[in-house]
Amino acid sequence: MTAAIGRTVGRLPGLGSSRTRNIVLATVVIVFAAVLPFFYDSGSAFIEDATTALIYVVMALGLNIVVGFAGLLDLGYVAFFAIGAYTIGWFGSGFFVDQSIHIGVAEQLSALPGIHINYLLIIPLAALFAALFGALLGAPTLRLRGDYIAIVTLAFGEIVGRIAVNGDEGVFGIGTFNLTNGRRGITPVDKIDLPLVERFTTLDLRPWYWTALGMALVVVFINIRLRDSRLGRAWIAVREDEVAAVSMGIPTVKVKLYAYALGAAMGGVAGSFLGSYFNTVNADQFEFSFSIFVLAMIILGGLGSIWGVVVGAVTLSFINTRLIPDVLNDVPSKVGLDFDLTQLGFGIFGFLLVIMMVLRPQGLIPEARREAELTEGMTEESVFEVKAT
Amino acid sequence: MESASIPADKPARRSRDIVADFISKYGLIALLLLMPIAYGISDLQSDGDLSRIATNIKDGLSNGAIWALIAVGYTLVYGIIELINFAHGDVFMIGSFVSFGFFGTIGLTLTTGPAGLVFGLLITLILAMVTCGALNVMIERVAYRPLRNAPKLAPLITAVGFSFILQNVGLLWLGGQHRSVPDLIQSQDRLFEILGVSVTQGDVLAIAVTAPLVILLVGFITRSRIGKAMRATAQDPDAARLMGINVDTTISFTFLLGGMMAGAAGLIYALYQTDVWFFSGFTAGLIAFTAAVMGGIGNLQGAVLGGLIIGVIQQISDNRIGTAWTPAIVFAFLVLILVLRPQGLLGEQTREAG
Repeated sequence: MTAAIGRTVGRLPGLGSSRTRNIVLATVVIVFAAVLPFFYDSGSAFIEDATTALIYVVMALGLNIVVGFAGLLDLGYVAFFAIGAYTIGWFGSGFFVDQSIHIGVAEQLSALPGIHINYLLIIPLAALFAALFGALLGAPTLRLRGDYIAIVTLAFGEIVGRIAVNGDEGVFGIGTFNLTNGRRGITPVDKIDLPLVERFTTLDLRPWYWTALGMALVVVFINIRLRDSRLGRAWIAVREDEVAAVSMGIPTVKVKLYAYALGAAMGGVAGSFLGSYFNTVNADQFEFSFSIFVLAMIILGGLGSIWGVVVGAVTLSFINTRLIPDVLNDVPSKVGLDFDLTQLGFGIFGFLLVIMMVLRPQGLIPEARREAELTEGMTEESVFEVKAT
Repeated sequence: MESASIPADKPARRSRDIVADFISKYGLIALLLLMPIAYGISDLQSDGDLSRIATNIKDGLSNGAIWALIAVGYTLVYGIIELINFAHGDVFMIGSFVSFGFFGTIGLTLTTGPAGLVFGLLITLILAMVTCGALNVMIERVAYRPLRNAPKLAPLITAVGFSFILQNVGLLWLGGQHRSVPDLIQSQDRLFEILGVSVTQGDVLAIAVTAPLVILLVGFITRSRIGKAMRATAQDPDAARLMGINVDTTISFTFLLGGMMAGAAGLIYALYQTDVWFFSGFTAGLIAFTAAVMGGIGNLQGAVLGGLIIGVIQQISDNRIGTAWTPAIVFAFLVLILVLRPQGLLGEQTREAG
């Protein structure tokens, strides 16, 4: 695993490509990330934000499979966050009071009503649900062109969001079944409960951090292996030229569905973690702007570049949780303006998207192949040059 | 299956394709008629007449006039550069904000006389149209033109980015709450009644603004020199360039027209719904896009037809299922249309047909 990560690190400009050196570098980064919490209080805001950042890495890498590798613009990624979060909301809380199902949970939980399933079982469940919905969403978009895909995924994300908001009294006005508890949210959600270690608490955030770090590392590893696999090469071929890919015998339908399903599964897993971490599954979390937030991460880092996406996710997450609310918030009042900078949060991300796409479409840490695709012909005078080919 | 990315010169259509085309077209029409007919029948059974569903349809048509004006903007832009202008809904929102702000500036209140009202509204209409047109041209210049040679993904992402920027501008301008607009035209007052359906002043305003604008627009595009240039650019930009058409100017002009229509829609929306909100552009944009796709994107008449149909569906859903579910229902229609018949009701008149 370290070797694989090392190889990616090696693609950083200016770091050389000697294999052993890269392995050493990757090990250093991982060890640094692992011991980082010891320098902070166990309940400090920094660890809290860092944990969120690591889970956003998982999410961004999932979206990177769909957008970065396969080139299918997905604007409804928040749907998979929602599905993952509701998985733990339904199967790891007292929400279904009438039920009493307990699988592998600690003693103090087994007396409580509701469905309580151990988090280790929730992970595959969330991944499976999200992957199913991912494939379900992918299926209708297979015949469509790029921009239509964007709209269908956006519509799908909005439909899931609407069900989350209004699903406390039936779905689409049918029935009165409380599926989501709407804006009140499902709370409290079971804390993560891993075997061999104590049950997680809100006071000691270090275990959360390490779990998130472990998940991020596993997902980075999966991403690297996927990218270099037959499937990954097929994604890139479909992205670059679908017609050529088909004539080379790539089963585009299958390949695209895999992209949707795998990307969605990662979003689902991240969502289930966040449900437990935030201790609530609330319909207000699942808004369109979140999809764009995750998209901005991979655009900032570099479409298709795993290392870039990690950096982009951590950067944007910290901008969102620390820089805007804490550091920069009194800047407007200092220069004599009167507005709340946190209100501007998503305007800033929108601005970032435009600036990045116009000035540096390949992202901060570009992937070589993607860079060639995105910058080719950009300076030429002729309009529609690329289209004609 | 891969027809999506294959250029337009298709071989002659086989009979099987014609049958599939027939089924998808009339299947879509049947799908669209499902809700009005089902509720019409249930009305007949419970009330004995059709006045409730007829009122729904009437409200839907005037609402749909607003969506039609926005949808025209989507369709014009898509027709010429094949880009979904995500920021278009938010341009419309800015249009409604400009109207709302300008009412106060020129002192239009509930007590203004009819002559002053008509004059004031006309000025507001022109102002909203010019502002939104200029805004749309600016967006094209900053966010789309530098990316014309880039992959499709790039301008879509800047479009989403601009949508967020405009939403934030709206948020800073009037705050996060819904703001109520003075009901200048007493939009709910009954003007006359046909067959038990009362037509209000708001309905008349919506139709009276939309119809001339759309007729002017269609006339402009089919008759004028610039309109001809627009159609030529839509067909083949390279050939148009060879014929001496300034493609960049023509594209800017298309954005100007689209933005102007959105501005007019913003004014009608502010007067008709008597409510403006920074987030209204997002939903309105999606609804209008659905309308454009339903009619056949790139086709002006289709966009108007789609707008009216979506307006009716939305109104019926508001009235019968609940306003909270309306967006979800409209989006479900969008997904269904894209799956069953991506070229829409009236087919597609763009470069990469099918």
